[in-house]
Amino acid sequence: MSRKTTDRLATGTIYAFVGVVVAILCGLIGYILITGIPDISWHFLTSAATAFTAGGGIRDQLFNSLYLLLLTLVISFPFALGCGIYLSEYAPQNWVTGLLRMAIEVLSSLPSVVVGLFGYLIFVIRFNLGFSILAGALALTFFNLPILTRSIEEALQDVPNLQREAGVSLGLSNWRTITKIVLPIALPGILTGIIISAGRVFGEAAALIYTSGQSAPTVDYGNWNFLSADSFLNPMRPAETLAVHIWKVNTEGITPDAVAISAGASAVLIVIILIFNVGARFLGQRLYQHLTASKSK
Amino acid sequence: MKKGKIFSALIAVTITGGLLASCGSSNAKNASSAKASPTKITAVGSTALQPLVEQAAKDYQNKHSNVTINVQGGGSGTGLSQIQSGAVTIGNSDIFAAQQTGITASKLVDHRVAVVGMTPVVNRDVTVKNLTMAQLKAIFTGKVTNWKQVGGKDEKINVVNRAQGSGTRATFEAAVLKGAKALKAQEQDSNGTVQKIVSSTPGTISYLAFSYVNKNIKALSIDNVKPTATNVTTNKWQIWSYEHMYTKGQPNAATQKFLNYIDSKQVQNGLVQKLGYISVHDMQVTKNAAGTVKQQ
Amino acid sequence: MDRMKQNLHQASKASYQDYFGKSISLFCASLVGMLVVAILYFVMTRGLATFTQNHISLRSFLLGQTWNPTQIGANGQPEVGALPMIVTSLAVTLLAALLATPFAVGVALFVTEIAPRRGGQLLQPMIELLVGIPSVVYGFIGLSALVPLMRHLFGGTGFGILTGTLVLFVMVLPTITSLASDSLRAVPLDYHSAALALGATRWQMLYKVVLRAALPGILTAVIFGMARAFGEALAVQMVIGNAVLMPKGWLTPTSTLTSQLTTGIGNTTLGTLPNNVLWSLALILLVMSLFFNSLVRFIGRRGRMQK
Repeated sequence: MSRKTTDRLATGTIYAFVGVVVAILCGLIGYILITGIPDISWHFLTSAATAFTAGGGIRDQLFNSLYLLLLTLVISFPFALGCGIYLSEYAPQNWVTGLLRMAIEVLSSLPSVVVGLFGYLIFVIRFNLGFSILAGALALTFFNLPILTRSIEEALQDVPNLQREAGVSLGLSNWRTITKIVLPIALPGILTGIIISAGRVFGEAAALIYTSGQSAPTVDYGNWNFLSADSFLNPMRPAETLAVHIWKVNTEGITPDAVAISAGASAVLIVIILIFNVGARFLGQRLYQHLTASKSK
Repeated sequence: MKKGKIFSALIAVTITGGLLASCGSSNAKNASSAKASPTKITAVGSTALQPLVEQAAKDYQNKHSNVTINVQGGGSGTGLSQIQSGAVTIGNSDIFAAQQTGITASKLVDHRVAVVGMTPVVNRDVTVKNLTMAQLKAIFTGKVTNWKQVGGKDEKINVVNRAQGSGTRATFEAAVLKGAKALKAQEQDSNGTVQKIVSSTPGTISYLAFSYVNKNIKALSIDNVKPTATNVTTNKWQIWSYEHMYTKGQPNAATQKFLNYIDSKQVQNGLVQKLGYISVHDMQVTKNAAGTVKQQ
Repeated sequence: MDRMKQNLHQASKASYQDYFGKSISLFCASLVGMLVVAILYFVMTRGLATFTQNHISLRSFLLGQTWNPTQIGANGQPEVGALPMIVTSLAVTLLAALLATPFAVGVALFVTEIAPRRGGQLLQPMIELLVGIPSVVYGFIGLSALVPLMRHLFGGTGFGILTGTLVLFVMVLPTITSLASDSLRAVPLDYHSAALALGATRWQMLYKVVLRAALPGILTAVIFGMARAFGEALAVQMVIGNAVLMPKGWLTPTSTLTSQLTTGIGNTTLGTLPNNVLWSLALILLVMSLFFNSLVRFIGRRGRMQK
């Protein structure tokens, strides 16, 4: 077989693979959107959930999902960033570093329910946080850290050494070279990590059942004092997220319109993730261009 | 230069944000416990009981602003072990504390808040409408494997059991299997999943709480007794159990008031029945942890 | 003169900065390390209690085939044989990873090398959408679409390893694809140019240079994919049948470690045997994923291109 034929064959195979994946994607996302979109209405998005009558909405769950995402990223991103920088720039190549890397990767294979129970026994009971968004965010940090740390580390490592040498030769300290030259270049890779871990936060249910709880108390959206018990910003209140709600109506729900709620909520979730992905990429692109003074990558 | 500053500012903000968030939590807690005016009641456990308690708690809090009631799931086992350790105020359970291994039932006070009836359900393609108790037992112990052996068409029986240790399974096994060992089969722990599997898999049999029987699945009668609430109240329909709310020792005043509210006529004749349970007030018999039924 | 001396003797501003930076990042790294150690310790102490407190022999746990923790078996010990679950977990994870990797790498090559504009801007965000779909939704779609299809095609009940693998395949696809495309993107352009300048066709360039250079990254992507597959519970539980039986074929109901763990954990009491054995299952999961992690790294080290 000539190498041209091989090339054509290989390209054909790749196209075939992509075709199959696109078919699965379209089928799946299409299915969720088609079954879900008819159930989405303004009323659905803005009213509270009901336990056993039809016509409940997802207002609180929707907000809780977004708030939990924000809180989780605020907690986990700085640590992942620090850890990623350390592993990529400072860590000596020895067994301790290898062990740390491996431990972080093994962490991501823990079943959600184990992390959930750990979170429950440690954060909810031992630290006395109660069922709260904060406990949920801390538990989710366990899921986010591995993938965030890895993408940050890898993104940093992919920055050519030339850039570091240039920085250091200009008299910058290593630290300033990292923060001002290396990090901005690594931004797109870091974003992938954020997007994937954000998806995980949106979709996670089992770990949250034990930590942020599965009931959504009525909250006051006008109360901006985040220390007050009924404020929507209070990180110490229990909060059912959209994914937990979908889980609940599907498994134990006796709401007559459970199918519609679950379909509608799934569609909403997809749309939000889409907006988040596109938004994050767009912002990331802008920031990247701004920081590196390059046109685009 | 400016670009660099923006970036390091960004990092600084996220890092301090992270630190603040972790410290802020303890501040928030101190602040709320310093006020400490509303009594906090936390009820954890059975997912099946959760909708009832959650809705009752919502209604109750609307009338009593000085209590915060926090209702969460986690399963009966979690509810019982957490009430035993004293980590929560109320432990919700589908089964008697005495039935659960590792629980000292004498330390807990049982509050029975509702009765739940359970019925065998089959896929709609199964032609059988009635089974004898012996036939039902034979199916779940694996002695009968084809519907034709119990008067149906020639179709393999697909048994879906409930999770080991779950309240539904304990009740079903006590009433039907009476000590015999269940067939190793599919196990699912939630009513919703069982409902979906039964309705979509031909030849399937499982069992569900009354409230989950819908038009896509078929409930069977046993020994020609129909699975209805009235039959449960007289124990003519034998597969039923209590929903329990356990407290550690006698409950405090606020908790007692909430439990009284759930036991009130208003809730028992309203919410309890709307959610597909049977009111404890309607029962003409009682059952104890060992499964002995007595006339009231 | 004095000033100069001072400058020479004192640490410069830059080295202070560096010290500061290094301590901060080291602090974060050790914190993350501590978190990991904490949870590993937690799982280990609880998981080992089965053997230390309940005196179950490791052999009967790992090789036993009946799982009935609340009942006493013939040998006077509770029946806690986890072998069926270990086998099934291994099978679905490996199969899902084997199935997903070619597709993921194909898509990754497509979005990075073949059609970066179209592919990168449309396909990747779409694939990343899949991560955020809750497991329950996957489970129910699998239950209502895939299980009947399998039943129709192959007979039986439609529940089993094959159905579980297919659901997991879709669930790990986004993780592997995204991480693999990242490492492909990181291959320096010089490599491409050099290969093409030597007269290589596109495929030769991709296969002999780019894929080799990106190999460690792709392997890590696969590790993360497998980790996701190992830990997934709710979706698999609905389509695999969740019956602790030795799998006898592609489509007989069986159960994974995680699905049994998730089903049981809410129904057992902390500190009792039925609960302890569930933590032991989690421990097995950890050990298994540690093993795969090392294996994949070992393979990666041997296949890596010398830089």
